[in-house]
Amino acid sequence: MTETTFRQALNDALFEEMRRDDRVIILGEDVSGGAGGSSGERDASGGIFGVSKGLIFEFGEDRVIDTPISESAIIGAGAGAALAGLRPISEIMFADFVGVCMDQIYNQAAKFRYMFGGKASCPLVIRTAMGAGMNMGAQHSQTIYPILTGVPGLKIVVPSNAADAKGLLKTAIRDDDPVVFFEHKALYNRKAEVPEGEHLVPFGEAAMPREGDDCTVIAIGRMVVFAEKAIDGLSESGISCDLIDPRTLSPLDTETIFESLEHTGRLVIVDESPPRCSAASDIAGIVASEAFGSLRAPIKLVTAPHAPVPFARELERAYMPGPGDIAAAIEEVVRG
Amino acid sequence: MTNLDKEALLGAYRRMKTIREFEERLHLEIQQGQIAGFTHLYSGQEAVAVGVCDHLSDDDLIASTHRGHGHCIAKGCDVIGMMKEIYGRADGLCNGKGGSMHIADFDKGMLGANAIVGGGPPLATGAAIATRNAGKGHITVSFGGDGSCNQGTVFEAMNLAVVLKLPTIFVFEDNGYSEHTGVSYAVGSKDIASRCRGFGMPAAKVNGDDYFDVYDAMGEAVVRARSGQGPSALECTTTRFFGHFEGDPQRYRAKGEVEEHRENRDCLKIFAARVVREGTLSADELAAVDAEVLALIDRAVGEAQAAPPPSIDELTTDVYSSY
Repeated sequence: MTETTFRQALNDALFEEMRRDDRVIILGEDVSGGAGGSSGERDASGGIFGVSKGLIFEFGEDRVIDTPISESAIIGAGAGAALAGLRPISEIMFADFVGVCMDQIYNQAAKFRYMFGGKASCPLVIRTAMGAGMNMGAQHSQTIYPILTGVPGLKIVVPSNAADAKGLLKTAIRDDDPVVFFEHKALYNRKAEVPEGEHLVPFGEAAMPREGDDCTVIAIGRMVVFAEKAIDGLSESGISCDLIDPRTLSPLDTETIFESLEHTGRLVIVDESPPRCSAASDIAGIVASEAFGSLRAPIKLVTAPHAPVPFARELERAYMPGPGDIAAAIEEVVRG
Repeated sequence: MTNLDKEALLGAYRRMKTIREFEERLHLEIQQGQIAGFTHLYSGQEAVAVGVCDHLSDDDLIASTHRGHGHCIAKGCDVIGMMKEIYGRADGLCNGKGGSMHIADFDKGMLGANAIVGGGPPLATGAAIATRNAGKGHITVSFGGDGSCNQGTVFEAMNLAVVLKLPTIFVFEDNGYSEHTGVSYAVGSKDIASRCRGFGMPAAKVNGDDYFDVYDAMGEAVVRARSGQGPSALECTTTRFFGHFEGDPQRYRAKGEVEEHRENRDCLKIFAARVVREGTLSADELAAVDAEVLALIDRAVGEAQAAPPPSIDELTTDVYSSY
């Protein structure tokens, strides 16, 4: 095990997979950076968050492709290259920009296999940075994974720690379906133990970083970090929880959720997205229709409010669900 | 005199005629209620698809449009499999899951028709990254109508192709109408070719009713693309003999326009007149092709009508490669 940042784990995964398979290419805005600049320095950014740093020097411009600011072309070119035999990683700098290229994601890449009767595959990975907490305002801070989770044909990955980030990205690159891979900006500098050597994390298998008896907590992405804090804080007051990190929202490991609920009978779901048609409400709906008999208390959702992400520090702090909100929700469902 | 030999000319005529009869027959089948959904017919534009695709092999790739039957046939897709697909049958080219607007055949380098106007050009650009990296000189062609030239996705794709110097050819088929709106209204620039030049690529404007005009201009673009000199564009001025979709009452077209175009701008007539005049093909040879094509279309319709629909078990298969 090596202590590695989330950013470095992703960078390692990219290097490993690009070395392993020369069909893997990466394209996006400033994935290397510096092309055409007056300094002549290439890899001037290595991705706006440094995730693709260094790739250009090992793999060259045919495989590490700096694009104009053209999100539809970035996704479309990735999808078209995937149809033609490559395994592209298209980077959308901020998840919010998915709005610009939605057609290429949900009408094109997601539907090829089905529309063409199973005769096509589209092994495209869309990597994108998401999340609030850095005062970036309403158009650079959203967690838009719920919008894409409902699209048949897409797989949705939301890692919460460096080890999973690496293992899930490697799996995504090897997967034959289009995968949207969400990286929370506030996690990039967070360190965790990452297994040495080949490390792959399968899709559709949730992790359970905490185990307990009184309540099941499902948390997504960065919210896993906050949920761990909340659950650890409650241990002194005698409350223990299962904490489920789904890791992939599509496919979703409902089996682990249902098994945990049979034991605990109570459910809190934590999602950084606004509440309507969110991952939280989606999972709550599945539990209500398929595992209602396990519930001994109403399901409690901890989400952002139905509002855009605000700018001011004080407002943004209030917008994000925090450990305190999660602890209060757990206490409410456990104590009734 | 054309440089094309007799075999090439017969092949070109056969492909154009196959598209024409396929579409004219579909028009009848649709009128009789045999086919469900939206169908956009290619009749009138055959010289473009065939003039372009006659330069391509199965390893060259095309991205097509909602009006894609002509591109499919020109690229070599199986006509019977296509008819079955349009009929929504189990063994159609896409197992009945795609339909008229989503026919693809990867063995033939046909990356798919596309029901989103402007959806295909970004895909063609990406496919060109794949052919470029493979280094075997294969190229991609992006088909689009005049309507697509106003989509932002197309601007993005053209710019990216120029920036990366990709082996892509953007073919714009100007049939006079973007759905129900005239090109003279909807395209703000002088023409489409000049707009393409603005992106930094050479663009030719040709008579899309004339196979030889299209073929020659495409030839120059193909040489450029295969030799790594980057993208080009082709604006082909043509006409469609039917509406935007089947059932379109075409109230936006003057009375007699279609009849006049069928009389004076029919690419098949123009082709036949020239090859007979130049003595490269005889009227009898063309008539023999006509008969073979009609028999093929009859057979395709017969087989499609007799074929079973997809099993309901297929409803949720092929959403993913792995689950």
